[in-house]
Amino acid sequence: MLSDQDRIFTNLYGLHDPFLKGARARGAWDGTAEILARGHDSIVDVIKTSGLRGRGGAGFPTGLKWSFMPKEIGTRPHYLVVNADESEPGTCKDRDIIRHDPHTLIEGCLIAAFAMRAHVSYIYIRGEFYNEAAALQRAIDEAYAAGLIGRDACGSGWQFDLHVHRGAGAYICGEETALLNSLEGKKGMPRLKPPFPAGVGLYGCPTTVNNVESIAVVPTILRRGAAWFSALGRPKNAGTKLFCISGHVNKPCNVEEELGIPLRELIDTYAGGVRGGWDNLLAVIPGGSSVPMLPRSTCDTVLMDFDSLRDVKSGLGTAAVIVMDKSTDIIRAIARLSAFYKHESCGQCTPCREGTGWMMRVMNRMVEGRAEPAEIDTLEQVTRQVEGHTICALGDAAAWPVQGLIRHFRPVLEQRIAQYKSSRAAVGRMAAE
Amino acid sequence: MAKNTAKVTVDGIEVEVPNGSNVLQACEAAGKEVPRFCYHERLTVAGNCRMCLVEIEKAPPKPWASCAYPVADGMVVHTDSPMVRAARRGVMEFLLINHPLDCPICDQGGECDLQDQAVGYGLDHSRYAENKRAVRDKNLGPLVKTTMTRCIHCTRCIRFSTEIAGVAELGATARGESMEVGTYVERALSSELSGNLIDICPVGALTSRPYAFVARPWELKKTDSVDVLDAVGTNIRVDSRGSEVLRVLPRLNEDVNEEWLADKGRFSIDGLKRRRLDSCWVRRAGKLQRSSWPDAFAAIEAKLMGLDGSRIGAVAGNLADAESMLALKDLMTALGSTSLDCRQDGAHADAAQRDFYTFNTSIAGIETASALLIIGSNPRHEAPLINARIRKRWLQTHMPIALIGPEANLTYDAERIGDGPEAIAALLRGRHRFADTLTKATKPMLILGQAALARPDGAAVLAACWKLAAATGMLSPEWHGFNVLQTAAARVGALDLGFLPGQGGKKLAGMLRGGVDVLWLLGADEFDTAAIGPDTFVIYQGSHGDRGAARADVILPAAAYTEKNGTYVNTEGRVQRGMLAVYPPGEAREDWKILRAFSAYVGCPLPYDDIDALRARLEQVNPVFARIDALPRFPASDRHGPAGDPDCMQADAFTPWIANYYQTDPISRASPTMAECTRVHAPATVQAAE
Repeated sequence: MLSDQDRIFTNLYGLHDPFLKGARARGAWDGTAEILARGHDSIVDVIKTSGLRGRGGAGFPTGLKWSFMPKEIGTRPHYLVVNADESEPGTCKDRDIIRHDPHTLIEGCLIAAFAMRAHVSYIYIRGEFYNEAAALQRAIDEAYAAGLIGRDACGSGWQFDLHVHRGAGAYICGEETALLNSLEGKKGMPRLKPPFPAGVGLYGCPTTVNNVESIAVVPTILRRGAAWFSALGRPKNAGTKLFCISGHVNKPCNVEEELGIPLRELIDTYAGGVRGGWDNLLAVIPGGSSVPMLPRSTCDTVLMDFDSLRDVKSGLGTAAVIVMDKSTDIIRAIARLSAFYKHESCGQCTPCREGTGWMMRVMNRMVEGRAEPAEIDTLEQVTRQVEGHTICALGDAAAWPVQGLIRHFRPVLEQRIAQYKSSRAAVGRMAAE
Repeated sequence: MAKNTAKVTVDGIEVEVPNGSNVLQACEAAGKEVPRFCYHERLTVAGNCRMCLVEIEKAPPKPWASCAYPVADGMVVHTDSPMVRAARRGVMEFLLINHPLDCPICDQGGECDLQDQAVGYGLDHSRYAENKRAVRDKNLGPLVKTTMTRCIHCTRCIRFSTEIAGVAELGATARGESMEVGTYVERALSSELSGNLIDICPVGALTSRPYAFVARPWELKKTDSVDVLDAVGTNIRVDSRGSEVLRVLPRLNEDVNEEWLADKGRFSIDGLKRRRLDSCWVRRAGKLQRSSWPDAFAAIEAKLMGLDGSRIGAVAGNLADAESMLALKDLMTALGSTSLDCRQDGAHADAAQRDFYTFNTSIAGIETASALLIIGSNPRHEAPLINARIRKRWLQTHMPIALIGPEANLTYDAERIGDGPEAIAALLRGRHRFADTLTKATKPMLILGQAALARPDGAAVLAACWKLAAATGMLSPEWHGFNVLQTAAARVGALDLGFLPGQGGKKLAGMLRGGVDVLWLLGADEFDTAAIGPDTFVIYQGSHGDRGAARADVILPAAAYTEKNGTYVNTEGRVQRGMLAVYPPGEAREDWKILRAFSAYVGCPLPYDDIDALRARLEQVNPVFARIDALPRFPASDRHGPAGDPDCMQADAFTPWIANYYQTDPISRASPTMAECTRVHAPATVQAAE
């Protein structure tokens, strides 16, 4: 269990003043100029050695990503873009960082932008986060007023400007290249990669897009050292992580914990356990709606980190733990997710545009059982035809929950179909009589 | 030294392709077919149809969109592995689940990419049993018909209109399955290139409205021809069935039209069936009466009897082919006349040197230019495909472009630096900074429009522009930046043949108001026929009952451009030939044959009995006619300018040359489709005037 002195987000629950005075009391903006004085590349090196992996879902090593940026500013400026378009169902970690601890993010932006030689940074915040955007803007204004950012950020001589841009309510704009398009005023559709944003990003300039949490942990890592951070968690899955526990638990909550904590311990310790006891557990979606679910048997032992979850054919994603007890209609739950992905597909590429609608329609029939058993295999194949065939990962995200359902709950699907058939048979008999 | 090619192995075949190519191009270089919908070599890469998936060794093991994957040296690509085949089948199945499969009633049937690729790469059945998506059709105006349910969202049309046509009017609204292509606020497309959307749409979502439900591609006879409705010389294919021309499509010619065709050339063909002259007419007692060839010839002969050659004049129209103009010229010479003119608009032309009246940079040459000055022209209306080339170049380099003349939306940024000759004079004196821009540019060019030449001071403007070209480095042995943009398909050919007043001959203006007693109009309708003297005997030889025919005393019915073998010279000076696609209607005959027959009737037979002999005569008159399709290059080494005094330019501003793009000649004026376009697009003033 993570000790209190190792927590990075010490005002996660908003118990203290979120703004500059309170943040300073919690240690934010302490010695930022000295951190910047270490130089661009040494900051990148610290983040590399800390083993920080991106907190947005894919888990790509953050320091490595930063090192893809050009080492000198050429003819085009560099940009840091922070992805605060937190829309993954079940996930609400960035929101709490922004409203309760915005200065960790702002300081992180300065340091990360400095490390990547960017003078300008944009925070693309989800449109629905109105109050959060207002709070963030207030915090940014404070930082400008205090000289922490601006023409001479923290007295370091580095000019740094930070802008907040509000989205308009599209899940796909959380995909980094769709986010860049949206930021440029275009339709939020993912771009083809290559070229990657580090080469051709915002307005065609070298750009790095990072998740809010990835950026917000940076100041603390630099203050306490890479060794401290990498000592937490498990090998290759270093550090602490915000977990968002929701669903059928007694006390849904956000909590910061070490990576690699057992799922059961996480739920029992922080969320007051599963509603009706652990034995009442049906399944858990461990990383936000887009990763395949885990059946009860796996939940007993699985550790919550990138690699452990990958080994059980799921993923850490955003670490949004969605708990479902035995009262859940698991087919309907997944059908709802299929409807979500159908609604949020950008429509650009064929497999996702057409496949998400197909999956949703079949899933809706599966909820009733109005299907043939052979259609389960067809559905499985459809998910395979979507997965890996699209420009961005939304196709994969739409396919995985359905794959998880079929993998772990096929008998439930078959039973539902049989049930429907027998009820129709009864109706047929009555009509005949 | 870095290599600028990459060696790529496609299905075991090694090919060298330039760096920066994509894998799809490498596959094509290796002769491997890669199916695709969204990829088009002239548009940006969208990579969204996911049909062109291939397997690339050493890349993460998943199918990659070959159109969007850059080649690298040593890359190994498989286009026919089990993974690729499965991926294509999957994508094909997805494309078809919401596609209506209404091929039997779809106009794209038989030439549909989706149909062909479904057969080649798809499954033979669908596993999709849900309801299909239905999309409300959009109204894109009188030319492009939409059946949006068939749309596969490849976005080629959006990219074409945004990139090539330069009108950002099409886009996609909504997302996912609900995504729809359209104009958002419904309205007709305002591009002169909108017909090309029909060609680039890989399915039947965008089809030709006038051609709807008319024919199937396999019923059509295809004939290569040349478009004559502007002076670009677009290479076209005339599709006909029986005696009807049903549609016109562009042919590929990188040097002229790439693969595009302007709307007037594509859609005015329904004018070929209307207002046609299909028999001879002779005016008796003030009324035109239907007549026969012998009677018509007799009426002309009676009038010519004993008439001095100086009292006879001939005018060649804008759509005339070189053969008939030469035959008419030879006939006039035989009759002793030197009053010939091909410039109904009165535009000044100096035929002393060919580069005084042609587009010397060449259309493809625009793509190497580095600065452009447009004088008295709106290329968007006068030559939409040349405008598209200028836009293409402008998109590549954002070359500086300036415009002298009336305000115009050209689809690229053009700084308007004046509206009349005084701006040319200012540039000549170096009083405007754009003169500096031109001088500093490595390959500057200017385009001189007819509006600047069809004025009393046309000779002065021509001379001034040449002087400006010489002063700003447009004329060198390697580069010729002086261009006259012609708008009449016949004009350069006529000038090459010297269809101009000879010794003691009159210009058109001199022939009017009783200047001649007999006036022979070869399809000439674009001047004020009311100015012809009341006692002048007018012979109208042409295809359409337009202005000229209304004034005629004898009408000789002739063939339209699709109905004869003809040679045309485009504004570049490129000699091209069109073939006969259908026969002329009724009694109408090919023009040169009419003239040859008449010459025999009056006892001075022209010295050619067939088209080959006539073409030999063409070459004899001007050797350029021997070089079909090729563009003879004249280096601008001779800096002697055309006759004219640049100081004599007047102050009047240049006026717009074309009031209504859709109606400029007898064919387009007879076309109901063009009339509908006029109703939709032309400014109200034009409508009121007509």
